[in-house]
Amino acid sequence: MKQLMLGNAAVARGAYEAGVNVVASYPGTPSTEITENMVKYEDVYVEWSPNEKVAAEVAIGASIAGARSMSCMKHVGLNVMADPVFTVSYIGANGGLVFCVADDPGMHSSQNEQDSRHYAEASKIMMLEPSDSEECKEFTKQAFALSEEYDTPVFIRLSTRVSHSQSLVELNDRENIELKPYEKNIAKNVMMPGNAIKRHVVVEERIKNLRELSENSPLNKVEMNGSKIGVITSGISYMYAKEALGDSVNYLKLGIVYPLCEDLIKKFCAECEIVYVVEELDNYIEKHTKALGLKVIGKEVFTLLGEYTPAMIKKAVLKEDGAPSVEIEEQIPVRPPVMCPGCPHRGVFYVLKKLGLTVSGDIGCYTLGAVAPLASVDTTICMGASVSAALGMAKARGPEFNKKLVSVIGDSTFMHSGITGLVDIVYNKGNNTVIILDNSITGMTGHQDNPTTGYTIRGEKTNQVNLITLCKGIGVENIVVADPFDLKNFEKIVKEETEREAPSVIIAQRPCALLKSVKYTGHCKVTDKCKNCKMCMKIGCPAISVKNNAVVIDTNLCNGCGLCMNVCPFEAIEKEEN
Amino acid sequence: MQNIMIVGVGGQGTLLASRILGNVAIQAGYDVKVSEVHGMSQRGGSVVTYVKYGEKVHSPIIDKGEADIILAFEMLEAYRALPFLKKGGKMIVNNQKIDPMPVITGAMEYPENIEGKLKEKVDLTIADALSLALEAGNAKTVNVVLIGIMAKNTNIKYEQWIETIKTTVPEKLLEVNLKAFDLGYNH
Repeated sequence: MKQLMLGNAAVARGAYEAGVNVVASYPGTPSTEITENMVKYEDVYVEWSPNEKVAAEVAIGASIAGARSMSCMKHVGLNVMADPVFTVSYIGANGGLVFCVADDPGMHSSQNEQDSRHYAEASKIMMLEPSDSEECKEFTKQAFALSEEYDTPVFIRLSTRVSHSQSLVELNDRENIELKPYEKNIAKNVMMPGNAIKRHVVVEERIKNLRELSENSPLNKVEMNGSKIGVITSGISYMYAKEALGDSVNYLKLGIVYPLCEDLIKKFCAECEIVYVVEELDNYIEKHTKALGLKVIGKEVFTLLGEYTPAMIKKAVLKEDGAPSVEIEEQIPVRPPVMCPGCPHRGVFYVLKKLGLTVSGDIGCYTLGAVAPLASVDTTICMGASVSAALGMAKARGPEFNKKLVSVIGDSTFMHSGITGLVDIVYNKGNNTVIILDNSITGMTGHQDNPTTGYTIRGEKTNQVNLITLCKGIGVENIVVADPFDLKNFEKIVKEETEREAPSVIIAQRPCALLKSVKYTGHCKVTDKCKNCKMCMKIGCPAISVKNNAVVIDTNLCNGCGLCMNVCPFEAIEKEEN
Repeated sequence: MQNIMIVGVGGQGTLLASRILGNVAIQAGYDVKVSEVHGMSQRGGSVVTYVKYGEKVHSPIIDKGEADIILAFEMLEAYRALPFLKKGGKMIVNNQKIDPMPVITGAMEYPENIEGKLKEKVDLTIADALSLALEAGNAKTVNVVLIGIMAKNTNIKYEQWIETIKTTVPEKLLEVNLKAFDLGYNH
């Protein structure tokens, strides 16, 4: 029977059925569940790597050694792994090698809206793009086969609505794939100029062959419905177009987005009077189609921003309005994400705000430290940038500025790419203070283990990277571990360390409140000692609000963490057991 | 095609509700698509899940004016989702109110009389799902109570729902969930 399956789970299933042996990834929404789902399959080696570059290299090594291997990442993770990717394009694949990248149009959980298709073209690596879960599974299997047949890595490109939509999938058995023999091959696997010059010739030849393949591949589908209107599209946009336009137009659905089937596109355009290119984000297909001298309509009527919807496509192509809707006649408050009740980061940002520090921020739940009322974070760029950017700030503005400056970075993000920034601080005589928010887990992406947690992706005990020894090894002499809920002590430590004219690391240690091992009990209650000073409102806890000018704590939301009790100057908040 | 939108606040258990709904639609023999939100928005933000079933479903998302049913776990989120309801559609709303951050910080007020405003415009059922869940024996069954209320408004048979809950919910929580479903169904 068919199963309802998340697009990401279907990619994992496809890889399993294709006989994948090694999967290495770093978590990142919307790609995380691919690798999480691999854990279901016992005969596959799966790991959370410290970052995407390492993950890609593990997969590349496994491929060279003869195994089918895969690495999965979000769009910005592809930036981190770009270095090995561009060169493995020259090396090719021994065992099938697949990189699965998930873009996030609309930025549900990302810091930018980049379009990964450009990477396929720039690195000269074939890219497939499925439209639903069944295709996620099938395209993944195809990707492994094509990878071996054409001696190339293959990209699979997903987007949030493909990754995080469930649709029906037919399950098959795992193929029995033997490891390919490993043979030393310096000319192919050692990319130094003399060898790479020759491999580049092979790459260009390969792209020519793949273009020929894409002209006739069933992955690209033409649906002629006798209309004068044609639509060229791929991925989730195909599903939106199909829903909006039904059989009233002809379709060229591209399953291979690089290299593009130029002849097929020409032929399709010749058979239609008007052709629209429907693609979220950049005008990638449109630009290529126009470069072929074809007349198509793309971003003239579609946006470069955010996600599309069927109604948007209907309006643009058929000039028909969407369904009538009832509008809200007043402005209503937005509901942005917030730190959870009991979140350990809340104590950190409360103190940093109180001290009026400049906060060089990073990527994780704690990016929410930029949201009112804490509004403490000054900058967020990319994974790891909190540490190195703060060094830049300090070098630019001098020692006095540095005394009011800290970096905040999560344990997993520090492992990912914060370490090298800290090395830079030590090496180049920075006196920065780095706060590592050690909540014992990778929080934002939904609780993945990392090198500091002491467990593998399969939940097996493993060697644990010790943050203190690590920072010491780098050469940081001042390392303090502190509980961010002990506000007085934490404030004292931050003051001392920022004053210090030497590099220092504060490890703010308290586990994520959503971890099963964290057992806060009861809930907090405002008593009649309350003077209505509203100090407790400054921590931005979603359980605390003001009703009829009095502070109340929602007992359904409160988990009894007790941080508000530490803030209250009148001891007016008490703990009540359930 | 049936378009159902489940809205609420991150952490309220909307994902389980959409799983039950998706599974019941498959067992009833339909093509199904469910679109979820993961990641940052889940941290106490507005969450929206789309469940669509019918002969053939293409798009996993629902546009404005196209939801047959909106199942809301929270009042303000129900109000926010209003433009998505189809003309003549049905709204089922849990009476819980959770203040969003702009209300907590005092920058904005929680809109007054949402129930009245919705009633004026749409076919509305308001439920105290938490009380019903507590009556069933577990506060965490709010989502199943709401599923129960919604079930009555779909073309899928009662027995089919029971069958699906039996296969979706862990054995030791089955009894309390079945009770919660019935309390919702008979609401």
